[in-house]
Amino acid sequence: MNVVKIKKAIFSKTLLRGFISVAGLILLWEVGRRLKLPGLAAVPAPSEVYQSISASISQPKFWDHWISSFSRVISGFIAAQLVGIPLGLMMAMSRTFHATTFPILEIMRPIPPLAWVPASIIFWPTTELSIAFVIFLGAFFTVVINVIGSARNIDVRYIRAAHSLGSRPWDIFWRIILPAVLPGIFIGMAVGMGITWEVVVAAEMIAGKSGLGYLTWSSYVGGNYPQIIIGMISIGIAGYISSSLIRLLGHYVTPWQRTQ
Amino acid sequence: MMAAMQDMATPARAAANMETMAEVRIEGVSKSYTIGPIRELVLDQCSLTLAPGKLTVLIGPSGCGKSTLINILGGYERADDGSVTLDGQPISGPSSDRLVVFQETALFPWMTTYQNIVYGPLVQRQRDMKQVEVEAGRLLDKVGLKDFRDKYPSQLSGGMQRRAELARAMINNPRLMLLDEPFRGLDAMTRELMQEYFLRLYEDKRQTVLFVTSEIDEAIFLADTLVLMSNKPGRIIKSMEITLPRPRVASLLMSPEYLRYKDEALEILHEEAMKAFAGGSQAAADFVEAYDKRDA
Repeated sequence: MNVVKIKKAIFSKTLLRGFISVAGLILLWEVGRRLKLPGLAAVPAPSEVYQSISASISQPKFWDHWISSFSRVISGFIAAQLVGIPLGLMMAMSRTFHATTFPILEIMRPIPPLAWVPASIIFWPTTELSIAFVIFLGAFFTVVINVIGSARNIDVRYIRAAHSLGSRPWDIFWRIILPAVLPGIFIGMAVGMGITWEVVVAAEMIAGKSGLGYLTWSSYVGGNYPQIIIGMISIGIAGYISSSLIRLLGHYVTPWQRTQ
Repeated sequence: MMAAMQDMATPARAAANMETMAEVRIEGVSKSYTIGPIRELVLDQCSLTLAPGKLTVLIGPSGCGKSTLINILGGYERADDGSVTLDGQPISGPSSDRLVVFQETALFPWMTTYQNIVYGPLVQRQRDMKQVEVEAGRLLDKVGLKDFRDKYPSQLSGGMQRRAELARAMINNPRLMLLDEPFRGLDAMTRELMQEYFLRLYEDKRQTVLFVTSEIDEAIFLADTLVLMSNKPGRIIKSMEITLPRPRVASLLMSPEYLRYKDEALEILHEEAMKAFAGGSQAAADFVEAYDKRDA
């Protein structure tokens, strides 16, 4: 990308519109607070939040919360990919394996990750591990279902063509099945990442001693209302950063998707 | 058939053919599918020989089992009855010496044009990749895709995709090329161009080719041997030698010889189409009968 393109991207109409909508929302909120509109009366105004931002972010503890939430999300998320992708592929490729494992998966899947919190705390030796496990579950099922779906939808013509051109099973897997499934894996990742943030925040509120969810909850308990908003916005930004990273990764790993 | 025998009788030509050219014998092949309670015969006692280094075109009404025959030759399906051999060896599964180019594009979307073309030699691991690279470059040039070497299939037009696919098949020097209505769905202009590209490639390498189509002009323009197939269940009804000179050019479509071939083939196909029509209902059969009587 050259400088002109970057400039164009920064000053594009789309970005301008996005900026206007965010600024408009903040303005509405400020005005609503000043007018003491019902519902907004107890909520700190953007100006108050803004004033306490510098106090909050200058504390090293604030960033520790970021780091601990991020590291939980990343470890749980990566674990979900490492277990979920191979499992999904195996379930897609072997009927026997699918028949054995699918019922278990389908019974476990509707259980919301948060319902796992008590059992998880009892089962795992540390709170940290139990939170990581709940995050893992949040992303895991989405990943597995997406991998199975995309692996089953591989066009049989590709497999036939690959056979016809002299592929061995090894090539069929690495050069045909895996790339064919990759876009589906990334869709699963993007959805899974969203769920992961929902889960981490809730889990931290219930059982955590650190993290952005904990920060938000403890601000409420401690009566520091502007910091509640700062915690919430932090979660939003953190989630946005994570899904952008997934998109960026997908962009580089599946370049052929860019052209469609 | 006679022309093929004469070819084989010339020792020099036959020796040159040994490496890349192959003879296919299809003898008494039948195939039926069971869909629910209904058992439907698709191919009925088909016998056909593909002469080495010749371009055989199979034409017939849609749904007559042409694709099934291609799938059997490709090794994707088995015949219920009869035998299919390539140089005396029974065909038992897919193999890179019998390449199939399918009706719709089967280029791998995650590979560039170049990566698609070299895929065969890459996974067969038998040739020097440097040499493959050179040949891929030559083929890209020949099918007019030099500037699209590093594009993905989704960035190519329909005609370009078909050409890339032809190149991907050709680079493997298959002993037998099977093409299942490869130019179907392309617009008329592109289709004509593709036929010429294809002939250029064929006249260069002279592999044994079976080309399936439902277009009469395409069939005669390409064929050494034109094989006409009946309506379902598919039977071979006639085999015609097309002795138009090669290399063939589009102006051939105006020549009287060409028109004579076309007339002869159309007459048979028309009869088949009428039977198909009649097969549909008693009323249609009555109509055809009445029509015939009026003529007489």
